[in-house]
Amino acid sequence: MIRRTLAIAVKELLQLRRDWRIAFTLIGMPMVLVLIYGYALSFDVQHVRLAVVDQDGSRASREAADAFVESGYFDLVRNPHDLRGLDAMFGDGRVQAALVVPSGYGRDLAARRPTMLQFVLDGSDSQTATTVLAYATQIVAAVSPLVRVDGRPGPAVPAPLVWYNPDLASSRFLVPGLVAFILMITSVIATALAVVREKERGTMESLRATPLVAIELLVGKTLPYLLMGSAAAAGSLALAWGLFDVPIRGSFFWLAVVTELYLAGGLGWGILISTLADTQQVAFQVSLLSSMLPTMLLSGFIFPISSMPVALQWITHLVPARYFLVALRAIILKGAGPEHWWLQAVGLVIYGGIVLALATVRTVRSL
Amino acid sequence: MTERVVVAHELSRTFGAFVAVDRVSFEVERGEVFGFLGSNGAGKTTTIRMLCGLLTPSSGRGEVLGLDIARQSAAIKQRIGYMSQRFSLYTDLTVDENLRFWGGTYGLSGQRLAERADWAVLAAGLGERRRTLVRELPSGFRQRLALGCALLHEPPIVFLDEPTGGVDPEARRRFWDLIDELAGAGTTVFVTTHYMDEAERCHRVALMHAGRLLALDSVPSLKRLFAPGSVVEVRCSEPAAAGRILDGEPAVREAALFGSVLHVVLADAAGVATVRDRLGSAGIGAAVVTPIEPSLEDVFIHVIASAEGAPSPGVRAGNPGTLGADSRLPTLDVRTVGRGQ
Repeated sequence: MIRRTLAIAVKELLQLRRDWRIAFTLIGMPMVLVLIYGYALSFDVQHVRLAVVDQDGSRASREAADAFVESGYFDLVRNPHDLRGLDAMFGDGRVQAALVVPSGYGRDLAARRPTMLQFVLDGSDSQTATTVLAYATQIVAAVSPLVRVDGRPGPAVPAPLVWYNPDLASSRFLVPGLVAFILMITSVIATALAVVREKERGTMESLRATPLVAIELLVGKTLPYLLMGSAAAAGSLALAWGLFDVPIRGSFFWLAVVTELYLAGGLGWGILISTLADTQQVAFQVSLLSSMLPTMLLSGFIFPISSMPVALQWITHLVPARYFLVALRAIILKGAGPEHWWLQAVGLVIYGGIVLALATVRTVRSL
Repeated sequence: MTERVVVAHELSRTFGAFVAVDRVSFEVERGEVFGFLGSNGAGKTTTIRMLCGLLTPSSGRGEVLGLDIARQSAAIKQRIGYMSQRFSLYTDLTVDENLRFWGGTYGLSGQRLAERADWAVLAAGLGERRRTLVRELPSGFRQRLALGCALLHEPPIVFLDEPTGGVDPEARRRFWDLIDELAGAGTTVFVTTHYMDEAERCHRVALMHAGRLLALDSVPSLKRLFAPGSVVEVRCSEPAAAGRILDGEPAVREAALFGSVLHVVLADAAGVATVRDRLGSAGIGAAVVTPIEPSLEDVFIHVIASAEGAPSPGVRAGNPGTLGADSRLPTLDVRTVGRGQ
């Protein structure tokens, strides 16, 4: 039993060693992708083109405008005297945000009366707008507790205290998701192709005539890829830590446990695909689509699950990255122990269990 | 008392409406080289896959080494060797790595695996090339290595499904020397082929056509289906026309084209004179008619014609070599020419 399983695993590793392209795709590719996307993917907004309409002309109003520029997020590009023309500037994108200081602002401030600044935002890119509004609120709060940004009721400005990611760098949020995303794609594709390749070359027929049973074939085929996937995960997280300041605060042991559970599910899915596809081309396309889209859209990697329609939220429970991401972020960003994310681990175990059981049943049938 | 290692009884397999194997019955004895001869699609591979436990029979039953093929396929797989029609080695692994892998799938290890691998290397004649990638080996060596891989666990019976496809004649001869050696040592060899010369080397041959087993006997016995002197060869300038003329002649049972030569099966040896007269009066001059030793292919064509129930099935072309890789070799591809004319 173990001997036959081992024979398959060793053979698989020998083939991987001989075909360096596959080995590179498995280990190198995830790291390269983390590198590329890690730099490209960012929600952080900088160099927002700002227009300041100073209708007050006081020292206080100039201080308010300076506070925006000095924050580093805004570039002052226009200084119109009134509100006319602002619309056109927004229209062609010369300006993304405008700060309007109403007349009497300086006087109100000096008299310690609550006062207002108007902040106009281009809302067509809601993601950026939300981020910029958050910056603006923070800046204004720093100028004076008496000032509030127009549109926000009440004079009280909350003093934000952001834990785990104090400068709200989106890389800390996105890069772990990226790691999950890339690991899923490579593990599914690698295993699916590894099995379908045997079908295409005709060696599967000979394997079927040997006393090999499904579970031996399955374990023997997945073990080497689990190993490769683990190496890719370690490399990707090391890159994230080294280049994108993604800390690893939690236990390496639990990180490894959760990662292996996640990989096992992905490999199982790959095997399942391989029992249905007859050519490498079909296997590749099905693997890519079925791993990439759900992991990108329905896992909370980019779009928060809590803001999805309820029906879609249910569907996310079928996406293993959903569980892995919560656990991964909890472990590496918060240093959280299993008592905080055990439910996610259970989700991964259930997913992996079902997928591997289905894969076994399908392989038994085809053997 | 001989031991029956394979028993098939009314074995059938259908794929939807298509009957791939139709109530086939036969027995194979220990140490026999048992040949399955037929063209592509005759049902040879389907039969072999059922016997190896790779395919469940639709009806009928079969036993291999006393084990039921439908219910005990796992036990059968432990004890048989199988070499599939498709290439069964990993070309991106070396000779040694392949041997270790295939040995491992049968649970071999350590000393036993090493000894068996040495044997396979020797049998394949690969002494100095153990570390060569299989893709760099000539096809003849690959085929013998594949056979070696199927025999690592020393099975008492080995099933070879068209083992010599795409291999040159010299390598085929060496492959068959290896088969003779195995049979001499007591291993039963069950082999399918569409090469006539290979079928001639089998102890017994089963002729398969369109899913049915039409004849089963030793090669000399199969050839005795014809009365002595009743098979003649006709060499002339227009063999196809000659065939059409002879077709319908009461003394002629069959006329088949073998390239530019016409093989004619007569009701008896006296028919030779009739053939000469008939061709002479039809104006096909200079026809040379000589009695010949019937080939296995004559037998095959005759058996198919009889099975299809046509007393005079017209001119058939035993067309050599359209299926095999080497067109100079006689292979089976029976097609009918001029039927219904």
